Amino acid sequence: MFSSLAGVLFDGFAYGMLLFLLSVGLSVTLGMMNFVNLAHCSFAMVGGYATVTLANKFGWPFLATLPMAFLAAALLSIPLERILYRRLYRASDLDQCLLTIGIVFISVAAFAWFYTTEQQSTQVPSWLQGSVQVGGMSFAAYRIFLIVVSLAVTGALILLLEKTRFGAQVRAAVDNQRMARGLGIDVDRAFMFTFALGGGLAGLGGALAIQVVGLDPTFALSYLVYVLIVVAVGGLGSIGGSFVAASVLGISDMAGKYYFPWLGAFLIYLVMVALLMWRPVGLFGKR
Amino acid sequence: MASAEQSATGYFARQVRWRPLEIAFWLAALLPFVATPSYLSLASQVAITALFALSLDLLVGYAGLVSLGHAAFFGVGAYTAGLIAKHYWTEPLSGLLIAAVLSGIVGYALSHIIVRFRHLALIMLTLGFGLLLHEAANSASMLTGGADGLQGFKVPSVLGFRFDMFGRTAYAYSLAVLFVCFLIARRIIHSPFGLALRGIRENAARMPAIGAANQAHLRKAYTLAAVMAGIAGALLTHTTSTVSLEVLSFGRSADVLVILILGGAGRLYGGILGAIIYMVARDQFSGANPQFWYFWIGLLLVAVVMFLPNGILGGLSALYKKHK
Amino acid sequence: MKLAIAAAVAAAFAVPAHAQQGPIKIGMPLTLSGQFADAASQMLNGAKTYMKMHGDTVAGRKIELITKDVGGPAPDVAKRLSQELVVRDNVDILAGYVLTPNAMAGGDVSAEAKKFMVVMNAATSVVITKSPYMIRTSVTLPQVMETFGTWAATKGGLKQSYTMVTDYGPGHDAEGAFQRAFKEAGGNIVGSVRFPVANPDFSAFVQRAKDVGPQSIYIFIPGGAQPAALGKAFAERGIDKKKTRILGSGETTAEAALKSMGDTALDIITAWHYDYTDKRALNQKFVKEYNAVSNGRNPDFFSIGGYDGMHAIYETLKKTGGKTDAEAMIGAAKGLKWESPRGPMMIDPETRDVVQNVYIRRVEKVGGELINVPFDTIPMVKDPAGERRKQQK
Repeated sequence: MFSSLAGVLFDGFAYGMLLFLLSVGLSVTLGMMNFVNLAHCSFAMVGGYATVTLANKFGWPFLATLPMAFLAAALLSIPLERILYRRLYRASDLDQCLLTIGIVFISVAAFAWFYTTEQQSTQVPSWLQGSVQVGGMSFAAYRIFLIVVSLAVTGALILLLEKTRFGAQVRAAVDNQRMARGLGIDVDRAFMFTFALGGGLAGLGGALAIQVVGLDPTFALSYLVYVLIVVAVGGLGSIGGSFVAASVLGISDMAGKYYFPWLGAFLIYLVMVALLMWRPVGLFGKR
Repeated sequence: MASAEQSATGYFARQVRWRPLEIAFWLAALLPFVATPSYLSLASQVAITALFALSLDLLVGYAGLVSLGHAAFFGVGAYTAGLIAKHYWTEPLSGLLIAAVLSGIVGYALSHIIVRFRHLALIMLTLGFGLLLHEAANSASMLTGGADGLQGFKVPSVLGFRFDMFGRTAYAYSLAVLFVCFLIARRIIHSPFGLALRGIRENAARMPAIGAANQAHLRKAYTLAAVMAGIAGALLTHTTSTVSLEVLSFGRSADVLVILILGGAGRLYGGILGAIIYMVARDQFSGANPQFWYFWIGLLLVAVVMFLPNGILGGLSALYKKHK
Repeated sequence: MKLAIAAAVAAAFAVPAHAQQGPIKIGMPLTLSGQFADAASQMLNGAKTYMKMHGDTVAGRKIELITKDVGGPAPDVAKRLSQELVVRDNVDILAGYVLTPNAMAGGDVSAEAKKFMVVMNAATSVVITKSPYMIRTSVTLPQVMETFGTWAATKGGLKQSYTMVTDYGPGHDAEGAFQRAFKEAGGNIVGSVRFPVANPDFSAFVQRAKDVGPQSIYIFIPGGAQPAALGKAFAERGIDKKKTRILGSGETTAEAALKSMGDTALDIITAWHYDYTDKRALNQKFVKEYNAVSNGRNPDFFSIGGYDGMHAIYETLKKTGGKTDAEAMIGAAKGLKWESPRGPMMIDPETRDVVQNVYIRRVEKVGGELINVPFDTIPMVKDPAGERRKQQK
């Protein structure tokens, strides 16, 4: 009994880590600039398709494609931010929604055009396939990899935020934008880099997700709901919040399906509704 | 004192008076019967979506409550109408009333929870409730027919007019109901209650100071929006004799929000205009390019946001003021 | 001189008679965008491949396809588009219909407007009852799944099964069909579970199955990303396929699914009506032509539904001499028999539904690639649910 519980917790945590990678960028940019970027998962798609192209068409090894997935998404986000998003920082939430939904539609159509609607998959190295046996319990190698990568990313992000000047600027801008500007911090430039970082992480998440959930052009829309749930439950602008929220959601989703399968899809929404009613600003949210 | 009262009622009277552009718009709504008779099915679905968007406008544009789960009420209305037609009787107008009442009850119940929240929490809660209802309908497939939709019913006619293949009856029915609901919405908005709603939207903290009961007003608005959305859902069931899970889907909630923002929230006609433009554009794009039409729709949305802030009506009114 | 005038007059009369015929228009409401876009595009390519192989003219008239996007499971849109195809575009035939709710709505229009209708995918049994002018060229779930249930308990030698299906219409149908037939043939259903529709992670459900330790597990999930995720879950949770047989539908071991499942797919046994690796000469020709039409993709069961749908239309038109009124066409279509790339096929003269072989296949590695290798065939299976409906009348 215990071994199956441990297995379920482990799998749920790994799934949560994937959600974390996909969501952390949106949480920080939403908290920092209050910009509703519903096209966030389009960047995940960019990363995913970058990996698919490099691995399947050009024969790159899977691990080598991951940094490129990050870079592709990050680099693509910069012109988007400069040309389109920048104009709408003062605009209403609703207008921001409309713009970013329009971008999602365009991205879905563009990827369907170039890659067709076929499901994509990639080969991972053999040491990432199969499972690892530890004391009678089996843990999937790929999920261990997911957890390790996510923890490494979390560590790097925290280091970036806590120990670097750039991080201090970002934290200041999230806490109080007007004050930060008043202190001479170039909030716009800080935001541009944060946005690129967030997009890049989404791209990395998209690339890693291929093995777990596949990839097709509708990804940008299908995962948007889960990402929004993680961001809302975790609290805007909080990395720790996203981490905890994603873990809680991943584990409760998995445990729920194991112990109460008839609850199925209800559970993740019930957990979200309950948590938000209890703490409307999110677990680690400020406003 | 008398003059203050006079100016208050005078203000409302001026708001309620019909402008010539409005009269022209509603007369033009009759054109499809003669000008484009083969598009009447599309026209009836535009009218239904317009009503749905109008109901959302009461929430988003006037009460300032953004909802990503409004399809819940559309779906309650649609399924109520379908179940009545299947198990009891197929007369649509009574079905419409019952659907309206039921959606109102569900809306009233939910409003007690919903209106206590704002910002992202509000959006996600409405989304969550919408998704939960969708899942419940999927699980209760004995009642709802599940993913295959409710089967075995047909609504043959309304007031003796048969629902024909060309959609004439469907459009007449939908347009009439839309117009009646529009009149009601118009009255509500140009009333002290409507003004209070706008006050709450602009500055919720101040309103109790001038004696407005925020929560009660918002609950009322939420219930009214639910009733109207339920009517729209029932209309869809009656005019197509089909209901499926899609009426409760996140896609439908998201679509109607996009339509409202496109037309311009808080401007009474925004939802109607947004519905016309979005659905006609989608029909034309998808006819020309069935596999990639959403590229063009996406481009349309981006263009509208960049050039016409606050929706088409918002952007046009800003341009009009600039050129005055 | 007189001869010339006579010839000219004769020619003048001849031309209008031909022009009156005009092209035969086939209206196809398909889910060309959204979650089911791939299915629709495969189906359309299958139809186009048929037209490429057999020309686009039948009984002296040109065939014209008019496609419309339904967007997903939206019967209100499907109904409106079907109506518009009839009144606006004046189509002679309605065809396509990937999803059941859309096909049901289309059936209403076919019945009311009296148009011949060809369902090229929607697999729920009752769809065929919606219009007397409808035929189906794809498959029905009871047809395959009840056959599979019977086979599993008899020739398959399995006494126990645990069923795992997706919690939506087709999943419920498959579950019901398999369980019914398995029990009737003497098997024992030891447990069942249903997954939520968009479920990305199957670990918990697979663990539950493992806890029960059944002799076989029957799964039904839609194509797309899910088969790979489920296959991985089986491997990760350590399900030994030699001890616990995995039974599934053909969608579970489709080409894309096998590619992403990798070796975790080996030894999965499925029942289905078509696989592109079938060695039949006609199929090999079809696959080659299909590759050319679809930019290198291989056909799947959506494609063959489209291909055979076009075949049924062509043969029916040949029989009616190009007449497209529904009564003539349905009369000609009933009892139609032919050899398809999938094997022999027939349109049942009473139920108008598809009758075809059901193949039992196992996933094996052949020449370094994973493919479904057939090892048993149940010939010319009629839709059992349709047969039961007949008896109830």
